[in-house]
Amino acid sequence: MSSVTMEKSGKVPPGEVEPILRVTNLEKYFPIRSRILKRVIGNVKAVDGISFDVSPGEILGLVGESGCGKSTSGRAILNLQPATAGSVLFEGKELVGMARGRMRPIRKDIQLVFQDPYASLDPRMQVSRIIAEPLVIHKVHEGDSLRARVRELMELVGLNPEHAMRYPHEFSGGQRQRIGIARALALNPKMLVLDEPVSALDVSIQAGVINLLDDLRDRLGLSYVFIAHDLSVVRHISDRIAVMYLGRIVEIASTEELFARPAHPYTQALLSAIPLPDPRRERTRKRILLEGDLPSPANVPSGCRFRTRCPKFANELNEQQQQRCITEDPVSDVRDIGHPVACHFAEVQAVL
Amino acid sequence: MHMRKNAGEPGAQGRPDLAKHATAPGGVDVVEFETDQPRPARSTDVLLKVENLEVAFGSLKAVRGVSYEVRRGETLGIVGESGSGKSVSSMAVMGLLPKTAKITGSVTFQGDELLGRNDKVMSAVRGKKIAMIFQDPMTSLDPVYKIGAQITETLKVHSPGLSRQGARDRALELLKIVGIPNAENRMNDYPHEFSGGMRQRVVIAIAMANNPDVIIADEPTTALDVTVQATVLEAMKAAQVETGAALILITHDLGVIAGVAERVLVMYAGRAVEVGSVDDVFYRPRMPYTVGLLNSLPRLDVHEKTRLTPITGTPPSLQHLPAGCPFSPRCPLYEPHCSTAEPELVEVDGHDKHWAACFRTDQLVGQDRYEAGEIFQTGSEDSELPGEVIGDDLHDTPRADLERDAAQTQSTGLPGQGPKETPR
Amino acid sequence: MSISSEIDLVTPVGPESPELGDEFGSASKSQGRQALERFVRSPMAMIATVIFVGIVGFCYIYPLFYRWNYAFADQRTCAESAKPGVCGHPFGTDASGLDLFAQMMRGMQRDFVIMIVSTLVTLTIGILIGAVAGYFSSLTDNLLMRFVDLMLSVPVLVILIVYGNRHPDMGAFQLAVVFGLFGWMGLARLVRAQFLALKEREFVEAAHAMGAGNLRIIMRHMIPNSLGTILVFGTIFAALSIVTETSLTYLGVGVHFPDTSLGLLISNGVDAASTRWWLFYLPGILIVIVVLVVNLIGEGIRNAFDPRHNRVRD
Repeated sequence: MSSVTMEKSGKVPPGEVEPILRVTNLEKYFPIRSRILKRVIGNVKAVDGISFDVSPGEILGLVGESGCGKSTSGRAILNLQPATAGSVLFEGKELVGMARGRMRPIRKDIQLVFQDPYASLDPRMQVSRIIAEPLVIHKVHEGDSLRARVRELMELVGLNPEHAMRYPHEFSGGQRQRIGIARALALNPKMLVLDEPVSALDVSIQAGVINLLDDLRDRLGLSYVFIAHDLSVVRHISDRIAVMYLGRIVEIASTEELFARPAHPYTQALLSAIPLPDPRRERTRKRILLEGDLPSPANVPSGCRFRTRCPKFANELNEQQQQRCITEDPVSDVRDIGHPVACHFAEVQAVL
Repeated sequence: MHMRKNAGEPGAQGRPDLAKHATAPGGVDVVEFETDQPRPARSTDVLLKVENLEVAFGSLKAVRGVSYEVRRGETLGIVGESGSGKSVSSMAVMGLLPKTAKITGSVTFQGDELLGRNDKVMSAVRGKKIAMIFQDPMTSLDPVYKIGAQITETLKVHSPGLSRQGARDRALELLKIVGIPNAENRMNDYPHEFSGGMRQRVVIAIAMANNPDVIIADEPTTALDVTVQATVLEAMKAAQVETGAALILITHDLGVIAGVAERVLVMYAGRAVEVGSVDDVFYRPRMPYTVGLLNSLPRLDVHEKTRLTPITGTPPSLQHLPAGCPFSPRCPLYEPHCSTAEPELVEVDGHDKHWAACFRTDQLVGQDRYEAGEIFQTGSEDSELPGEVIGDDLHDTPRADLERDAAQTQSTGLPGQGPKETPR
Repeated sequence: MSISSEIDLVTPVGPESPELGDEFGSASKSQGRQALERFVRSPMAMIATVIFVGIVGFCYIYPLFYRWNYAFADQRTCAESAKPGVCGHPFGTDASGLDLFAQMMRGMQRDFVIMIVSTLVTLTIGILIGAVAGYFSSLTDNLLMRFVDLMLSVPVLVILIVYGNRHPDMGAFQLAVVFGLFGWMGLARLVRAQFLALKEREFVEAAHAMGAGNLRIIMRHMIPNSLGTILVFGTIFAALSIVTETSLTYLGVGVHFPDTSLGLLISNGVDAASTRWWLFYLPGILIVIVVLVVNLIGEGIRNAFDPRHNRVRD
């Protein structure tokens, strides 16, 4: 359905670089079953057909608000929650539907970093064992070389290797997130999927972890899918940004393009709502306020799924145009904007 | 220890005694805060005044001397990271802390002392005079009652004479003010039928039900998405305009403070470390912690990517505060003098509306926030690492890897990412 | 609610703070170590442990030096139903001249065996079934849980009585095994619930993302994190097994003469409670003390693993 043409930007030179990750029409539905007969009576469409590419060395930011399906997308890409339909090509290999046993060698190359550094580390394991676990599972290192590798990883992420024998609770939030990153890097992956890696951290600590992720990408040539709700953080780290709303990508563009020329009304509302730590600009800014609540992903509105809250739909469109929004699902298309937008009446408007 | 000494010092210089300045002739006036946005009209009477508030839980001192005051229609932002004592201080003001908390200092509401009053007196003050909005609206709404009933209940508690219909009309009006669509029907819904943002608006409606003089909002939008946060903040501003109340907004989000508050109080390790107008604090920070906080945020005002400058280290444990200035172990301006005593809030930039608790604040004079931020770039980055380490069994690992690693760092020429503790 | 959470927030300290660790130069403390330390620091739990170990140790060692054997009937006339202290019998004797003190020590030994064996049997089965049910698919889970329901609907006491009547020569060990075989259902449910919760935890998902196998995840992550629950159940079950042994023996099943157990002593002493009080009350008091002490140890373990548990809530 939606054909997303890719725009190379940021650090990746334009040209025929084969993407390391190609996601096409990925869907993840959670069936709703009736109480007694357990018949499927509906679907929660957490991810409803998303497509994007990630080039080697590129950071793609996936932003959206809670309930937009961004975390589910990350897990579906990694085949931690099997996708309902669609395709995830990682280095040319199809991951959707791949059996767990065959998936195992691929897990070396694509790793996940979790949001909550308190929950994602087993509280009963020493840090050295936590970081060594992937190496032990995949039988990569043993004995002295295992210890050397753990030490190397701890230094890589800015942790003191002397603390290898400690337990997670003896570290601060930022340090724990570094442990999680070290664990993800243990097998020399090519790609990391980062699920809100800094949102649980205090501001002053966040910055250090973001810098670390930035450096690691440059140093190790990693690609990231960076999932987050904080647009200022995503803008800082990403080369390209995909904005998700209710299971769909509504707009995808290079970071600079998206912030300078947002074209989807949702993106515009999102950008205008970022609180800026700048009192004078805050006073003069105009916010685009969204009406109503996020519709349930079990009961997606007909046509354009954003129309129920869309300020443009409510204030600017005539009845005929509104009818189009109600009946016709907008495909993600470049139109005359320059980057793919899923809106019939997309129009660039600078809001920041 | 240090704190006690300071508190006991008679006539300590530069005590954060803001009240003094407020009542001084030609005192605080909104115009001087360089705010060009129209603000609700206000009188100069001080509604809530907190002086030298201290809260201790056993040996743990959560708040170590906080003073501020708010006037009608004014918005004070209290900002700080987790563990800075910002929430505990407001709980203490509301008398909501458990009995195990030892609270000293003074909290006066329109001249009446609130600390040490019994629960009955405080109950009359809470809701009627001072209302509170919490982070999680689910905890302040009773799940078994319809929200219409909860609002009318609040109304009737403080004005028993109100008729049933009158209360209902007022509840409806309140829901409309905070922007609940279709308010007539939604009066009959239960809290769980509302989304997080809508629930928080209901809480705001309840908070403003009795025309309070002061509204204290503790991280009211932290659990919400940005677009929802924007609407809830609008609802809060509407509530403030409607009631003319003073608003105390507690948050960790500097962006929210910048948009809503007129004055800011920055807390660190249980104390106020910088106080001033938003413009002064955000554009001309004079305390290294505030500088670091502002510079650790990604900049949205410039197009090219600038490297973030994190504050090194972690916030101190309140049971084991460092000697002298609590920020000293993380401070790039540290000098031995900083460990001798805890700095008091002193006037900076030569005017009495901007205060900072730092011995070396002179180093920052005349700089904007980004210029001042350069002090953090000289320090070693990513050094959340605790200091010196003594070798243990891991030391006898092969070093070839590490050296190659280090060489690689040098060749890439990227700053601040090499191993800091490479054994030589 | 929010008050206590904020207090937690400003208390990143406690014994678990990184700063503290640095200060004391301590390398590392596992949660297990910490739990142990909390246990040791809790006076009630420690007193209970000392009493329990003291009683058990005494009952195993002192008989080696004691002048009366538990099975030796003192034929002297003064030793027939002797009161405590009379005729060289510190706790008196019963009608056939058996020394009560020696019998109580022997009884305690048998009860200790029953406690240990039945608890081990129960823990093994309960953890196994609970883990499999909690970890694997809903079909396996459903089948196993229906089996648990079935087992729970079996009246254990009746089974034990019937079994005991069929096997009159049943000793303490056999009784313990049979009791253990019918006592694991509660634990299986607890472990299953714990596993269902742990399965959703991020560190388990992280292990999946690393490519860890099921066995590894269960053994390395899930069971260690359920240890508190398992230990608490173990102590409660141990205490229960003594009470059950007493009841069963009273009903004529279980340990038989010439061997003895605390339950047998009591059931023999019941008739004499009004005339020869010591035969009933002394073993009775011992049972009460042992059960109480074991329960207190369990309470101590629970608080040690979950220090928030005993905090006052509002």
